[in-house]
Amino acid sequence: MTDKTMTPEDVVARLRSGMTLGIGGWGSRRKPMALVRALLRSDVTDLTVVSYGGPDVGLLAAAGRIRKLVTAFVTLDSIPLEPHFRAAREAGGFELGEIDEAMFMWGLRAAADRLPFLPVRAGLGSDVMRVNPGLRTVTSPYEDGETFVAMPALRLDAALVHVNRADRLGNGQYLGPDPYFDDLFCEAAQSAYVSCEELVDGFGAAPVPQSLLVERHTVTGVVETPRGAHFTSCVPDYDRDEAFQKLYATTPWPEFAARFLHGDEKSYQSAVRTWHEEMR
Amino acid sequence: MTSRAEYCVLACADAWRDVGEVLASPMGTVPALGARLAKRTFSPDLLLTDGEALLVGLDGRTEGWLPYRRHLAMVTGGRRHVMMGASQLDRFGNQNISCIGDWERPARQLLGVRGAPVNTLNNPTSYWVPRHSRRVFVERVDMVCGVGYDRAAAAGPSATRYHRIPRVVSNLGVFDFATPDHTMRLVSLHPGVTAEEVQDATGFPLARADEVPCTREPTAEELRLIREVIDPQGLRDREVPS
Repeated sequence: MTDKTMTPEDVVARLRSGMTLGIGGWGSRRKPMALVRALLRSDVTDLTVVSYGGPDVGLLAAAGRIRKLVTAFVTLDSIPLEPHFRAAREAGGFELGEIDEAMFMWGLRAAADRLPFLPVRAGLGSDVMRVNPGLRTVTSPYEDGETFVAMPALRLDAALVHVNRADRLGNGQYLGPDPYFDDLFCEAAQSAYVSCEELVDGFGAAPVPQSLLVERHTVTGVVETPRGAHFTSCVPDYDRDEAFQKLYATTPWPEFAARFLHGDEKSYQSAVRTWHEEMR
Repeated sequence: MTSRAEYCVLACADAWRDVGEVLASPMGTVPALGARLAKRTFSPDLLLTDGEALLVGLDGRTEGWLPYRRHLAMVTGGRRHVMMGASQLDRFGNQNISCIGDWERPARQLLGVRGAPVNTLNNPTSYWVPRHSRRVFVERVDMVCGVGYDRAAAAGPSATRYHRIPRVVSNLGVFDFATPDHTMRLVSLHPGVTAEEVQDATGFPLARADEVPCTREPTAEELRLIREVIDPQGLRDREVPS
């Protein structure tokens, strides 16, 4: 059986400037932050990022890596508005493809099912249609004759997701209450990279089967990155690091980047520990 | 004496009266207290969430699983009544939470459209505005996220089929769209507020009867529940000062 384990650097080496990159998680929850940090250390840029956005978007926007963002929102949850995303957007830093949360889900679903689009009763009447002039409608071929938005497939060149556990083959298990849409991101992508809190040798004789979210046939690489979702939440392993998130949201970007993002993942985690010790 | 915040909780709770076995999705503190008051009193069949991925009873015990993908199915299936916030709201109920100014280059980027487009076309959507002002109640919203009555009608039968905005609650009063052209109407004033005061704080003309009634008084039991059971820490007063 194929061993798919990689380092964050191996993953990023497979990404190219100009790619369409899906990032799993939701808001400031279970984001593949270690992989995003590795991306920040590379020279990959000009990305189309597809994300239910959180600090993944804020970090990449602040670093100027995004050409286009496809999203329904960007938030830090306990801090409703993402400051770095806002600053970049208000400065005209990237193109925005703004769609609704449900349209986003059906776009991933369509890509996963190899369909060009899926009909959705969302978007009609809203300015989503105005700001996305490429969106088309479709008429039901049945008696109802209703008209819907034909949400185009959100096809991804690559997807990055983070789960609680994974095996070397690429099967991923989530132990929190919400799968978000991580399996769909993997299914919608040409290549998918799964980081995990813990690499395991199988999931035991009687795992809760529905917790086995990500399936290996949709996965290209597996990366063990303990605390790899930090500072977003990865329950039950850890909650959001609210104090650090606040620091992220209130520190000028160059200062934050200089202190925390200059080295590899190990030095990031160590800089975070040092900061917490100083705060005691 | 009943506080302004308590009238607001009551007015929000009444949004979930007689809605049946649907999910109450409150956004904001006062609507969340209202949903729990409704479930404790006149709408015991309501479904409530823990704010994450679980359906929970009033005692906090789990009774179901509602991750985002199933939550979205609840929206499109229509078995939900959401009370959203609004950065801007116009006379036809068009709502904006995305950005202020020109969308191409906004003066202030806010959250994004979130689920407002799908919500408004699929399940009843009410709004909660804790600080009623001309900045919120505007002639025209900068970005239509939640779809109002005029825009739904213009978009055709698929948009109007399940579209409904039952009510708007603000710190000044309660509003609906039960006018011939579906423009916003002042339904009741919270005690101590005048119709002129509301009109002055609103950036478009409001429909209203000659005599606007006051928002209803809570029962003694409702007041007790709000003060002793649902919100003993007085979170309501932080969102709506007296």
